[in-house]
Amino acid sequence: MKNNLYKYILGIADNSLILGQRMGSLTGHGPSLETDIACTNISLDLFGQVRSYYQYAAKIAGDNRTEDDIAMLRKEREYLNVLLVEQPNTDFAYIIARQFLFDVYHFMFLTELQKSHDVTLSAIATKSIKEVSYHQRFSSDWIKRLGDGTELSKAKMQEAINGLWTYTDELFHQTEADKAMVAQSIGVDVTKLKEGYYEVVNTILNESTLEVPESKWFQKGGKVGIHTEHLGYLLSDLQFMQRTYPNMDW
Amino acid sequence: MSTKKNWPLWEVFVRSKNGLEHRHFGSLHAADAEMALENARDVYTRRNEGVSIWVVESKDITASNPENNGELFEPAQDKVYRHPTFYDLPDEVKHM
Repeated sequence: MKNNLYKYILGIADNSLILGQRMGSLTGHGPSLETDIACTNISLDLFGQVRSYYQYAAKIAGDNRTEDDIAMLRKEREYLNVLLVEQPNTDFAYIIARQFLFDVYHFMFLTELQKSHDVTLSAIATKSIKEVSYHQRFSSDWIKRLGDGTELSKAKMQEAINGLWTYTDELFHQTEADKAMVAQSIGVDVTKLKEGYYEVVNTILNESTLEVPESKWFQKGGKVGIHTEHLGYLLSDLQFMQRTYPNMDW
Repeated sequence: MSTKKNWPLWEVFVRSKNGLEHRHFGSLHAADAEMALENARDVYTRRNEGVSIWVVESKDITASNPENNGELFEPAQDKVYRHPTFYDLPDEVKHM
């Protein structure tokens, strides 16, 4: 039970950590001052959520580990985030598409997690959902601006949606920890979110005059620790200080 | 990038709490009013500075000409009786 809850919490939190790291790496590199701050604000929101989850996970683990240990001292295969959030910042269209495809899921997920019988998870969900509601507004807005913008912005937006589409189905896969937590009314049954998710996504893509990809072949693996080649590079950045100067502190 | 067009400039006004007036906070670039509001939220209210935001495109503001400052403002300088400085304000009255 404890192990399942621990893994379940990491499964949620790792998505926010990895996406937060991706967005945070835009600091000083956003396409304009305003979008730069918006993207890094999103990153900070996500890191804030991660801290709450990891602090709780550290408590569940019951040994001496801290939130920082959980964030910084795991190996690639021990991260349980979905493949979608680790995909690189190829260009602004990919950044927005990744954010959008995750935000729609994240909002629906947190809506359900608020009903969890675990009071800590329910409280984190209630606190986070306002932030995520804004993230979804921001990313949906940009999908529409770029999709229904110029010929070039539309082509780039469509390419990004097509490129990331293959990672969307994994959001609705259940792990063993998921199933155990759903059985105890602690976890969210993600399989039930799938239909609503594609309805929202398809509606916004249609409004943006973008095509809904027809691909029926989907990638999976992140939730059980099998990642794309991009995660290793991200982690070497994220964990650089701890690897170079073990146990450093400031 | 010679064809790149810059987004127009917008002025941002934020009301920091209910009961106070909106005050000029700064400016930013945005493609339209909706984006200006969202950008203002991100750029100027990240530290819980506000409860309400106004944005107005900078070109829509009519400004006084600094060359006219003499006739516009100087005549008021020696008319001290126009200031309510002869009243004692209680400490509880703030924002006067």
